[in-house]
Amino acid sequence: MPSPTASALEVRDLTVRFGAAPVLDGLSLTARTGALTAVLGPNGAGKTTLLRCCTGLVTPDGGNVRVLGLVPGSAEVTAAVGLMPQSTGAWSGVRAGELLRYLASLYAHPLDVDALVARLGIGAYVRTPYRRLSGGQQQAVNLAGALVGRPRLVFLDEPTAGMDPHARRATWELLRELRSAGVSIVLTTHAMDEAAALADQVWMIDRGRVAASGTVDELTAGGESLESVFLTRTHGVVG
Amino acid sequence: MSAAPTGAVLDLSPAPGAAPAGRRVVRHALTEVRLLVRNGEQLLLALVIPLAILVLAAATHGRFVALAAAAPSVLGLAVWSSAFTSVAIATGFERRYGVLERLAATPLGRGGLLLGKALAVVLVVVGQLVVLVVVALLLGWRPAYTWGSLLASAALALLAAATFVALALLLAGRLRAEATLAVANLVYVVLLVGGGLVIALSRYPRMLQPVVEALPTAALGEGLRAGATGVVPGWTFAVLGVWLVVAGFLARRTFRWTA
Repeated sequence: MPSPTASALEVRDLTVRFGAAPVLDGLSLTARTGALTAVLGPNGAGKTTLLRCCTGLVTPDGGNVRVLGLVPGSAEVTAAVGLMPQSTGAWSGVRAGELLRYLASLYAHPLDVDALVARLGIGAYVRTPYRRLSGGQQQAVNLAGALVGRPRLVFLDEPTAGMDPHARRATWELLRELRSAGVSIVLTTHAMDEAAALADQVWMIDRGRVAASGTVDELTAGGESLESVFLTRTHGVVG
Repeated sequence: MSAAPTGAVLDLSPAPGAAPAGRRVVRHALTEVRLLVRNGEQLLLALVIPLAILVLAAATHGRFVALAAAAPSVLGLAVWSSAFTSVAIATGFERRYGVLERLAATPLGRGGLLLGKALAVVLVVVGQLVVLVVVALLLGWRPAYTWGSLLASAALALLAAATFVALALLLAGRLRAEATLAVANLVYVVLLVGGGLVIALSRYPRMLQPVVEALPTAALGEGLRAGATGVVPGWTFAVLGVWLVVAGFLARRTFRWTA
């Protein structure tokens, strides 16, 4: 089992190229243990590629990543990390409860699936095939899948995309509970209000590099909103 | 999403740890088998088409194809459909839907995922073969296996399954899911008819025979048909072995876990 470290995640000079173009271009950031760290960036900034480096799915061209002080993708890390991918992350025909029980079976001390289902309000559609769930329901199941193994660190790739305001607020509350329980959280989001409401630390990335970082208070100290800071510091991609 | 009453307490505090490796692989395999059994299109490929060929052979009393040749051919077809077509299509969509990405980040890992898939294929193929052999025997098939040819036939089917899975992963690991679906179905039909799987090599035009003989489907079909008469030719193992090494190497080099 990984021992607690000051940083749940350390990324140093990370470079990833797909073809000639760098997707990550010397990116460096850290996520503190027990904190909620938000990674903000426009489409194509490299957020998902960063998470894939953290789970060992993408091998960097340069730099290094340490997750809980260990190499991404190693057996100790996969046992201690939860992932909510941006894409659906489930078989189209699998039932919500079936998926969660299967994922729970991969871990030594999983959460009680019935309690998790109840807490996330999944009970009403626990026997529904995944493809018939709404976008928000799919997100709830995906979030449950990331938490079921009782991780020390969770990566959440746009966790509230597609959720209605009620579900979004309930998810925020759950993330606060997770943080209080000692779980480190790294989430990517486009939603500035989400970062402002939840994040202990914000990293804005743009074109594969850090464009700005700090607490929400630090970033908005000049009187600008977080969204204004974001718009000033990053480049949009339209179309 | 809303809180609901529950009898169990949800303790969110970290308690990381992986389940034993064997349990992870078995649970993955059983999940894949369950999903396949619920999928009507896959069942059509896995059982309905092979059963239809058997019934046709028996009903036409050999005018279409003799049951003695049709039965082992259909066993080969079952291996082909489950180990190639089903695996290619399922893996292509697992890649598209992020299933591979999610599972690679769990204690199952990439190695466990591949082992689980292999075990699922073995379970499905064994189930298919049991059903098809029983139906063929009921329809009047009387094979002349020796213990040696029976074991050799089983080994050949296992080698073929591994080869077909490697080819399926080669396809699904690069193409888009829709393209994988189209190509896998097309290749399934083309090699079913023209790949020496169901139709004996001797019935192809003489000038085409060396080409067909080099296909992995022909090696399986010819081997199983010969095995049912008491001998499995060595060349069938050699052909499948070469395909397995080449496809396995290329799949390992080119497979992408994300869409």
